[in-house]
Amino acid sequence: MDKFTTLTGVAAPLPMANVDTDKIIPARFLKTIKRTGLGVHLFDTLRFDADGKERPEFVLNQGPYRKAEILIAHENFGCGSSREHAPWALLDFGIRCVIAPDFADIFHNNTYKNGILPIRLPRAVCDQLMEDARQGDNARLTIDLEEQVVVRPNGEKIKFEIDAFRKHLLLNGLDDIGQTLQHAPKIDSYEARQTQEKSWMPGISV
Amino acid sequence: MADTKPRTLFDKVWDAHVVEQLPDGTCVLYIDRHLVHEVTSPQAFEGLRLAGRKVRRPDATIAVADHNIPTEGRANGIKEADSRIQVETLERNVAEFGVPYFPIMSPQQGIVHIIGPEQGISLPGMTIVCGDSHTSTHGAMGSLAFGIGTSEVEHVLATQTLLQNRAKNMLVRVDGVLPVGCTAKDIVLTIIGKIGTAGGTGHVIEFAGPAIRALDMAGRMTVCNMSIEAGARAGMIAPDETTFAYVRGKPYAPKGEALERAIDWWRSLPADEGAVYDKTVVIDAAGIAPMVTWGTNPEAVVPVTATVPDPTAEPDEAKRAQLARMVEYMGLTPGQKMTDLKIDVVFIGSCTNGRIEDVRAAAAIAKGRKVAPGVRAMVVPGSGIVRDQAEAEGLDKILLAAGFEWREPGCSMCLGMNPDKLTPGQRCASTSNRNFEGRQGPGGRTHLLSPAMAAAAAVTGHIADVRELG
Repeated sequence: MDKFTTLTGVAAPLPMANVDTDKIIPARFLKTIKRTGLGVHLFDTLRFDADGKERPEFVLNQGPYRKAEILIAHENFGCGSSREHAPWALLDFGIRCVIAPDFADIFHNNTYKNGILPIRLPRAVCDQLMEDARQGDNARLTIDLEEQVVVRPNGEKIKFEIDAFRKHLLLNGLDDIGQTLQHAPKIDSYEARQTQEKSWMPGISV
Repeated sequence: MADTKPRTLFDKVWDAHVVEQLPDGTCVLYIDRHLVHEVTSPQAFEGLRLAGRKVRRPDATIAVADHNIPTEGRANGIKEADSRIQVETLERNVAEFGVPYFPIMSPQQGIVHIIGPEQGISLPGMTIVCGDSHTSTHGAMGSLAFGIGTSEVEHVLATQTLLQNRAKNMLVRVDGVLPVGCTAKDIVLTIIGKIGTAGGTGHVIEFAGPAIRALDMAGRMTVCNMSIEAGARAGMIAPDETTFAYVRGKPYAPKGEALERAIDWWRSLPADEGAVYDKTVVIDAAGIAPMVTWGTNPEAVVPVTATVPDPTAEPDEAKRAQLARMVEYMGLTPGQKMTDLKIDVVFIGSCTNGRIEDVRAAAAIAKGRKVAPGVRAMVVPGSGIVRDQAEAEGLDKILLAAGFEWREPGCSMCLGMNPDKLTPGQRCASTSNRNFEGRQGPGGRTHLLSPAMAAAAAVTGHIADVRELG
């Protein structure tokens, strides 16, 4: 996983609430056995018409936003299914940070695992950043994870919160499994205890 | 004293599975059961392979193909190349890593959330995960069950644990008695209509109260299944005699003395007197009517007797725009009666409503009636066991005689990953769980409702109040 330290880039405004994972990547594109290559289908129905032609009114089809690295949206972003294809598609398109008032839980978890930073900020602040974003290329945002700030084009710094552990993993590009395996002896002893206490629990074999 | 503080059902199951708590509060949580399917696992197995890791507990893991398999002519193989590759990849992976697997043609095959409880693999007090958001279904057993992404699937395969932050407790209490003609689906749609699609975000919902207690296990699974549609990763119902009776005799459940020991522990799981919830919502079952969604998220739901809402009545500008978009996408007119909506397709099935009880409910309406002209009505059993049971009861004959299709088990038109899809503009009465734009096929229009209501729609050709069919 790539480290996430600072990011300066074009932010795309997507003023929609309840952007569900079927919108981010429709189920028909989940039939892949790879993590990469999904960016071309990101927001497929919003981006393309039935004939596969770009819808010019959709933000990611417009000039500078084709290279957007930050996405700003409204409430409950990523609701719906657990498909990690949603953050994979965002990442493959080039999005490394999503800013919204709040996120659906599973999607929120999934972003961190892929080096995408989800930032929760109040609706009014998101709307302010969306105004910045509407200026496209002329108004890049900077995300500084170490400092936990979003820097607006006018230099104003907006503080955001993140769990210490998740921040540590992102800053260092660490994979969760490696971290957890440091606790392997504890897992072993938990299992040993469980085998005793829950000896009624059968194993599965077919 | 932490030990004497009254705890909720969720607290107890969580506490029993904490391997270690990290300084910032993140927990290494032990996972008792891991369900694996073809769509969200290939990249996880690939990750293991690249890192040279094994599956830590194959005996706590079960794999099955459900999402993209065809629901007819399965014996002839899977025609769609990309779907076939995913299923073949799963079969290769389970063989390589020694993971138990229910093959496509075996009667145990079915939707992962149907077969877990049905096989006695999902049991009370367990932690259960799957790379699918509707894993919340298994919470009906009194377990903590939630959906995870593919990176977490890999994490569980490698470590049998997950790094998790403790969720908050939410209580949804449904008092009173459910009126005739109403079902578990109507309860959960009412709840989502009330608390919204993000009402449970960050929480585990415990469903309680007399109307929940009165539900059979199938109904409880329907309710917990849709917890995620209210934003809650998990829904739970305290285990009771109904739960224990259900578990008894299931193939992978403990037997004899072992079962009695398990039940002794399960009896200690319901919330303690005085346990505190971060949020509480109370609903009176007597006020529930058969529900139908009109819009493009499950919160956009009304009683069948209502009319399509008028977006211009919404004061908030952003919400008004969203509602207007829903009305447009769904091809509706504000003020139109829900029962005037003509339908093209009926889908009865899914992890929400694909159990034998659901097939019986549909067959009871279908019996002696005919599917309305121009309507395609399909019934997709949730598993091979459900199919066999339905056929043993003659339900397939009743449905076929009425003009319904009787198909092979799988996720099918719930998400349209297999050939069962809506075409643009088609209106579908569906017993599934999501009515998002394009969910059942690009341009498709989904109305969520109960199996009886779906069958009523099939035989009348429009959204209909099942209570008027008698």
